[in-house]
This record gives sequence, C-alpha cells and structure tokens, in this order.
Amino acid sequence: MIRALGLVALLLAAPAGNAQEVIADLDQTSVSIDSTFAGQEILVFGAFTADAPPDIVVTVAGPPEPATIRRKARRMGIWVNAAQAEVSAPAFYAVASTAPLDAILSPAADLRHAITLPHAVRSVAAGPGQSRSFVEALVRIRTASGAYRRDGEAVEVIGGRLFRTAIALPSDLTEGDYAARIFLLSEGAVIADYATALEVRKVGLERFLYRLAHDRPLVYGLMSLAIAIAAGWGAAGLFGLFRR
Amino acid sequence: MQIYLPIAEVSVNAFLLVGLGGLVGILSGMFGVGGGFLMTPLLFFIGIPPAVAVATEANQIVASSFSGVLAHLRRRTVDLRMGTVLLIGGLVGAALGLAIFNALREMGQVDLLVRLSYVVFLGIVGALMFVESVRALRRSARVGPTQPPRRRQRGWVQSLPFRMRFRTSGLYISVIPPLLVGLLVGVLAAIMGVGGGFIMVPAMIYVLGMPTKVVIGTSLFQIIFVTGFTTLLHATTNQTVDVMLAVLLLLGGVVGAQVGTRLGTRLRGEQLRVLLAALVLVVCGKLAYDLLVQPAELYEIGEAEH
Repeated sequence: MIRALGLVALLLAAPAGNAQEVIADLDQTSVSIDSTFAGQEILVFGAFTADAPPDIVVTVAGPPEPATIRRKARRMGIWVNAAQAEVSAPAFYAVASTAPLDAILSPAADLRHAITLPHAVRSVAAGPGQSRSFVEALVRIRTASGAYRRDGEAVEVIGGRLFRTAIALPSDLTEGDYAARIFLLSEGAVIADYATALEVRKVGLERFLYRLAHDRPLVYGLMSLAIAIAAGWGAAGLFGLFRR
Repeated sequence: MQIYLPIAEVSVNAFLLVGLGGLVGILSGMFGVGGGFLMTPLLFFIGIPPAVAVATEANQIVASSFSGVLAHLRRRTVDLRMGTVLLIGGLVGAALGLAIFNALREMGQVDLLVRLSYVVFLGIVGALMFVESVRALRRSARVGPTQPPRRRQRGWVQSLPFRMRFRTSGLYISVIPPLLVGLLVGVLAAIMGVGGGFIMVPAMIYVLGMPTKVVIGTSLFQIIFVTGFTTLLHATTNQTVDVMLAVLLLLGGVVGAQVGTRLGTRLRGEQLRVLLAALVLVVCGKLAYDLLVQPAELYEIGEAEH
C-alpha cells in the first residue's frame, strides 16, 4: 500500500504536460513456491497520463521455455506421435485489458509488441506452414488447462488516472523470472508502455529437493532409496507388532 | 490439502495421493502384486508427467517389496540363490530398459512404448490368469476342495547347460532360464515403472517350476534390487524421481497393504485370482481403447529435448 501511495504521489508531482506515459508496480516483487503453494493472486496497479481516455492492456508472462508439440496420427491402427514442432513458449501467460482485445488492439501493434498469445510464442524448428497449427494447438491446450488466460474486462480504471487488475497465478506455476508489461493504447496503437519483473522461486523444502535432484542426482537417488527402505522396514515392524 | 511436488512441478491434493496409495496398497495386499501396473496409469491420469510417474513408482515399489520380503525372510520362503541369479539378469535388463526408454524419449515415442507395453503384458497375463482361475473355480465346484496338485512341466528347461543347484526351491536346473526371466522383468521395470511381479510370479511357477511357497518372497527379493537400481538410474540420468510424491504414496500404501492382506484371507484363492484377472483386463482395455480410438485432442505438449 505504501508503494502504491508513493507511486501516486510520484505521478501527481510530475509535470502534467503533453507526455503520455504509464508507470506501474506489483503488490509483491517475488512469489515463493513452498509445499503448500496453491496458486496466488498478484495485483498490478499504476498510474497513467494520456490526452484521451486510453485502453490499457496488462500482460504477465513466464520465462520462455522450450517445448515440443507433437501431433498424433493413425499408423497401423493405433494413434502414435507422427509429427512435431519445437517452440519457445512461456509456461504461463495472462492478458488482461479494459475491453476485449479485438476491439482495442490493431494487428500491427499486436505483432510489433507480441501482446497476444500466438505472437508471444516463438517457433524454433518446424516445417514451413506447419508451425501455425502447432502453435495454435499449444495455445488451445494451455488455455484449456488454465496456464494461458485472457480477460477482456479485468483492468479497472479509477478516476481517469489510475488502473488496477488482479492476475491469478495457477498452482502448478514453474520457477523463473516473470515479466509484467503494461501497454497504453489509443485507436489500436501503443502510445506508452512499461515493464516490471516478478521473481518466482521455490523455497524451503521444495528448493532443497529440486536443487539436490539436479546438482547431486546420485545423493538424491540414494536418499530416495534410503527413505523407501526405512518406510518399508518401519511398516514391516509396525505390522509385526500388531500381529503379536 | 494441496501440496506442490518439487520435481513433478504440479500441485495436487495430498489426501488424494495418500488415498490412491491406500487403494492400490489394499489390492496389492489382497493379491500379492506390487500394484505398480495400476498406480503408474493412475498417476498419468491425475496429471503427473509420465516420466516422473514411472521413476517415482519404481521408488515406491522398493519400499513395499522391502516391507514384504522381511515377512518372507522370517518364514524362510526366500530362495536367495535363485533371487541372486534372477537379479543379475534383472540389473542388465534394467540398464537395457532405461537405454530403450531414453532413446524413444528422444524420438517422442516413450508414451506409446509405455502404453503398448501395458496393453500387451496386461492383456496376456490377464487373459491367462482369467482362463486358469475360472477353470480352477469350476473344478473345485465339481470335485470339491481335494484335487491332485498340478504337475510341473519343465521339458526344455531341463536340457540347457550351466546347471546349478537351488536348495530352497529343490531344483537342479540351468541358470539360463532364470537369467532370461530376470532380464525381461528388468526391462519392464525400467520402461513401465512396475516391479514386474505379475510377469515374474507366473514365469517362476510355470517356466522354472519353482514351488509356489517360495515364489512370492523370491520375486520380492529381486524386485527390491531391480527397482532400486531403476530408481537410481532415473534419478541420475533424468532427474525425474519425486521423493515427496513417493512418500505420500508410501504412507497410504503400507497401511492399505495391511488392510488388503486381512481382506484377502477371507476370500478363496480362485475367487481372488478371478477378481485380479478382471481388474488387469479392465486396465488393459482402457489403455487399448485410448490407443485405438481417435483422441479428442490430436496434439500434445511434451517436454523439450535437451
């Protein structure tokens, strides 16, 4: 809240000339994934100056990660993976705006700033003409699972100078440096934009186990075995007691 | 209560996992199988990535079979010598299985391999067991409980070289068949995330001619080492063992196994086997259906290849 007040004060103090600009912040700069993590909501808020009431788009994106998309086809009576494409796509992507994007964003501006989903996914290796259907499938599957979201009425404008929106992060969030981008739009074109970072990290036991599994896989494997043997031993012992 | 799994990177309900562990534990206690062949598909179903499900299930089987083998050691129903021979085959098989697993993973076909293996082996074992147990039920209904024990058939197994004496089993046979049986089960353990008891037990009785009372204990003995080795291989090459997932499944599993054992003593052997055979065939049918019928979504997102 203090951060929010500071931001407002900053904007009010700035000369209100012809400059069209937007600044924003998040209610937290980092998200910690611990063993009880079940999703979290982050608040994106900020202030803007514009000549006419603008449209506002907020995107929150996970770090781009390589993914392989495979298409099944029937071979000898069974459905097998027959074709594939490699893309670089965020594991999480949310777009919130003051109005549905089709109405407020021009295709040219969308392409240039990579705002909507097909543009935010980069094709790495695929046959010509193939990649589009693969990227569309990726967006379709991840939209269905809730990893990709689009809400055309989620950004709220307050008093013509402030805006806010809440972005829900899903419970199966992955680690990385997330980015929040805010675009000020007028007649389909971007007139100002702003970006800020959000750090998502595993903490505590989650972090310890993940690091151990990747840095010292042999130790981790032996530990897993030791736990299994101990549990088996303990169980046998307990049941032995019950039998007597 | 939701819990975030550090390796699978999904958040799932902890009670659901304990419950699944318990349910499969009950079945494994009732039927004397590891239950991996049921658990691994169930884990796919609740959204655990297949590679993590296979590797973690191997880890869980270490615990359940270790618990079981201790009871059998007390009763002296483990043929350690036979177990060691099976184990040598099993370790080679596990390494071979993991190499196949990783090669097909590169090609994007690991999912198909796992599913096909399930359909083929569950289908064969389920059908054989179903026919055999229905026949036994009919016989016992006709003749009553007293019937001559089945004569062991060993034919070709007797004629192979490198014979060895297995005292606990009362056998003097070649080491080649046990090595091959171990090898096959090792490959299955690595590819399917199962202990392989459902293949091993019939093979020991019908191919090797071992007495039924030492079969379960000996099978469990070698499964501990093969699945333990598989767990280590998956942990060091793919980093796909999720220890938190394993612990939750274990909690339910060890309790369920105990409940299942008690339930099992109230049912007759043939009835149990008919039920298990039906269960195996249902799982097999569901997996086969998914392979044969056009999926609603033709595309799927896989992990990236490194």
